[in-house]
Amino acid sequence: MNVTIVNYNSGNISSVINSFKEVAQDKVNIEVTSDLNKIKSSDKVVLPGQGSFKSCVDALNKINGLIDTLNEFAITNKKPLLGICVGLQMFADIGYEETETKGLGWISGKVSKIDNQNGKYKLPHIGWNQINIVKDSKIFKSIENNSHMYFVHSYEFIPNNKSVIVATTDYCKNIVCSIEKENIFGTQFHPEKSEKDGLQLIKNFINL
Amino acid sequence: MLKNRIIPCLDVKNGRVVKGINFVDLKDAGDPVEQAKIYSDGGADEICFLDITASNENRDTIYDVVERTSKKCFVPLTVGGGVRSVEDINKLLNCGADKVSINTAAVNNSKVVLESSKKFGSQCIVVAIDAKKNRDKWEVFTHGGRNNSGIDALEYAKKMEENGAGELLVTSMDKDGTQEGYDIDLMTKIASRVNIPLIASGGVGNLDHLVDGIKLGNASAVLAASIFHYGKYSVKEAKEYLDTKGIPVRI
Repeated sequence: MNVTIVNYNSGNISSVINSFKEVAQDKVNIEVTSDLNKIKSSDKVVLPGQGSFKSCVDALNKINGLIDTLNEFAITNKKPLLGICVGLQMFADIGYEETETKGLGWISGKVSKIDNQNGKYKLPHIGWNQINIVKDSKIFKSIENNSHMYFVHSYEFIPNNKSVIVATTDYCKNIVCSIEKENIFGTQFHPEKSEKDGLQLIKNFINL
Repeated sequence: MLKNRIIPCLDVKNGRVVKGINFVDLKDAGDPVEQAKIYSDGGADEICFLDITASNENRDTIYDVVERTSKKCFVPLTVGGGVRSVEDINKLLNCGADKVSINTAAVNNSKVVLESSKKFGSQCIVVAIDAKKNRDKWEVFTHGGRNNSGIDALEYAKKMEENGAGELLVTSMDKDGTQEGYDIDLMTKIASRVNIPLIASGGVGNLDHLVDGIKLGNASAVLAASIFHYGKYSVKEAKEYLDTKGIPVRI
């Protein structure tokens, strides 16, 4: 089996690579590439993302044909795809970080700044927070409710259809921290930096 | 609920741990990777490496250390010390650091913070402020505490937030090494001026100091070196103690 981590210059993806390789050992081939043919032929795709919504969308657009390839992979062929952090946020129709930017439009909704109640809460939301699993999901298999995951973000994904929400976390209010829509999965937190529970989630995705 | 973080810090020189945990069963007590792994297995919320390599020719040793650690530890890794340019930051991130802390370079050239936070995202840019009290204000020191920039630490903290820092690592030079506890006054003043998280550093001698840093100093995270290195307390003990004091921690 081939799992491809999309390398599209979205910032630092070393930790994502290390964690997938740790989980995969030698049983699963972890490819890190922006090569469209390799993405097309892989079994699963991971879409990481660091920095701003706009910078990540711009970086996707810079690689000719990448967005079409991802659309074909996830929407037409319905193969499993995991978005991490801004990778998840880009599933939305639109994002408001820096400036209004169109997303991939896979899951209807928007990405806007967390309302920190006039400075009552620090932003970015950095650190370990507990997740509240609201719906059964294959990627949370063997992960207990209220487990801790590592977060770093100032913007949140607000889906229009709440049925895609798999888990939330409490910061200022309930923030969506994981979604699932058919073959499309996403986490706002960083499983690659969330110790055993994070590695379990990665394992679950690889084993889908 | 978001938890307060406990961050053990390891001083690394020429690729070796200078002050480290003295465990007999360690294969190589001087290996930063093994020490970092002990901390992450023990519940450390993040790991911090401070590179104190003096000579330029040995400076590359930290890259190897970071690369090896990031393959073993799956908690965030912050690396600081000797970071001079956007290119240095890029190299550390590529080796597997999750955050880079910038000290002297941020004072000398504020563009470093501005450019790196734009390029890599604020989430990986930590500005380290070494502050020392001078009458009624705190001044920012550079070069590992050797040079006084004369800059007001409180104003500087605000400016670094505006420039895109994701977190501030504030060390009181008056308290560092004394084991008397954090400079609570300094922490409170900076924490109330900025909206980004503050990591308190310098002066921890016992677990109550960690409690004070969070409860009184309003720090989001507490960093300590010697209390963990010399085995006085384990990270787990520290967390359990904080928990009994009503501080939310990840256990």
